[in-house]
Amino acid sequence: MDLDSIAAMLRSFWTVWLMMLFTGILVYAMWPGNRGKFERAAQIPLKDDGQEF
Amino acid sequence: MTSATLTSGAALGSQRVSDDVRYYEDVIRLFVIAAVFWGVIGFTAGVFIALQLAFPALNLGLEWTSFGRLRPVHTSAVIFAFGGNVLFATSLYSVQRTCRQHLFGGEGLAKFIFWNYNIFIVLAALSYVLGFSQGKEYAEPEWILDLYLTVIWVLYAVVFIGTVMTRKESHIYVANWFFMAFILTVAILHLGNNVNLPVSLFGMKSYTWVTGVQSAMVQWWYGHNAVGFFLTAGFLGIMYYFVPKRAERPVYSYRLSIVHFWTLIFLYIWAGPHHLHYTALPDWAQTLGMTFSVMLWMPSWGGMINGIMTLSGAWDKLRTDPVLRFLVTSVAFYGMSTFEGPLMSVKPVNALSHYTDWTVGHVHSGALGWVAFVSFGAIYYLVPVLWKRAQLYSLRLVSYHFWTATIGIVLYITAMWVSGIMQGLMWRAYDNLGFLQYSFVETVAAMHPFYVIRALGGLLFVAGSLIMVYNLWRTARGDIRSETPYATAPHKTAVGAA
Repeated sequence: MDLDSIAAMLRSFWTVWLMMLFTGILVYAMWPGNRGKFERAAQIPLKDDGQEF
Repeated sequence: MTSATLTSGAALGSQRVSDDVRYYEDVIRLFVIAAVFWGVIGFTAGVFIALQLAFPALNLGLEWTSFGRLRPVHTSAVIFAFGGNVLFATSLYSVQRTCRQHLFGGEGLAKFIFWNYNIFIVLAALSYVLGFSQGKEYAEPEWILDLYLTVIWVLYAVVFIGTVMTRKESHIYVANWFFMAFILTVAILHLGNNVNLPVSLFGMKSYTWVTGVQSAMVQWWYGHNAVGFFLTAGFLGIMYYFVPKRAERPVYSYRLSIVHFWTLIFLYIWAGPHHLHYTALPDWAQTLGMTFSVMLWMPSWGGMINGIMTLSGAWDKLRTDPVLRFLVTSVAFYGMSTFEGPLMSVKPVNALSHYTDWTVGHVHSGALGWVAFVSFGAIYYLVPVLWKRAQLYSLRLVSYHFWTATIGIVLYITAMWVSGIMQGLMWRAYDNLGFLQYSFVETVAAMHPFYVIRALGGLLFVAGSLIMVYNLWRTARGDIRSETPYATAPHKTAVGAA
């Protein structure tokens, strides 16, 4: 079994790999420890943006 | 400090100072002016070609003014000239503020992009009128113009991504993710769909590298993702910055925005084949396109909920702030057209809808209702800020614009629904001997009244945009209209956002 056939075999499961990647993103987004970080991020556009002096 | 940003209006020269950062605004003003200018031109061109369909005499018997040449002028003017300049203006404005950093490469580079992009627009429009076209929808410019645009776009990517990379804010705000996805994907789409061989070194004519059904697939991989990344991801970037900004509250769920982003990116790129149902494209590819289109319901509606629910607890602003009404209605239209789109991608529905006016109506509910409305909202927000005025000339005029344009859209899309479904049904009608019941020209004649209604809807949309031009002109001059203010005018109420 050469590298090409291994690559071809792995490629055929691309939906699985993408699904795993996406699940990882979902876990990251919903991880309770990240809550504060994302709440601060949501405030970014509302911070002083240099229009008031 | 987060509130009433629209209206504080202190003037300190052409640039603003924040944390020792000078934001570049001259170039944003240029992009806003160009966006409004091309918007009016593009909408008017649309009305003219709509009238040509209703009254063919308006083709004027000249090759230069025939429908076939003017249609790409309309689509390019509204998508790339109006939409493009709006995206340049909003992305380059918000990236500076969300990164607390001025534009990478200096204002000169950004202005270079402005002038060359708009020269590209003019050259592209001239080339269509003179009869040069690749014959690919939304990718009409010939090879030499494609190369020119590539240079401009790479510079845009350098400016935007460079600004993000040199940011002083540790987190990359979600709007910037959407803008970066838009810039990168449009670059890849543009290169992928324009691999052409010129016939001669100094001639305009070229032929595509891939041919046959592969060429069609590449074209609709490009075409649908132009919708997905130019008209959706880019304008979602606008939504994620300007809706919270105008509503003075953070986005409903930042975590949902992350999921929204990645689902949209994962799914959209596969939806293109739904433009080629029942063609020579292999059946599995058609089904793949349909399946991914249906799955797109989820991120689209997740994003819509995120945008609309940002107003939760402040719904009264819809009544008192017509600018916010534009922004929120645009998100509602986004939800509506992203419901309709997957529906139309289902093969049996597509068998009825494809090649009919239903498609045209669908595109315009997205283009007028979503893209143009979110753009109008952002422009109405930006002009007082950029010209350092305390407020818009008139909020009442914004409201007149809103209702004129909304009635125009409703006339447009309902006319096209009726016309399109009628057209599809007439095409497939058989008599009891198995012959087609209608000749093609009978279906064309049957559509005439709907074409007139559609043109009327478009005319209202143009009229609304002229109200906007007048309002913005007076705003830039610093005038304030004496009018009855809205009950709780948002420029007087400072609601704490945090």
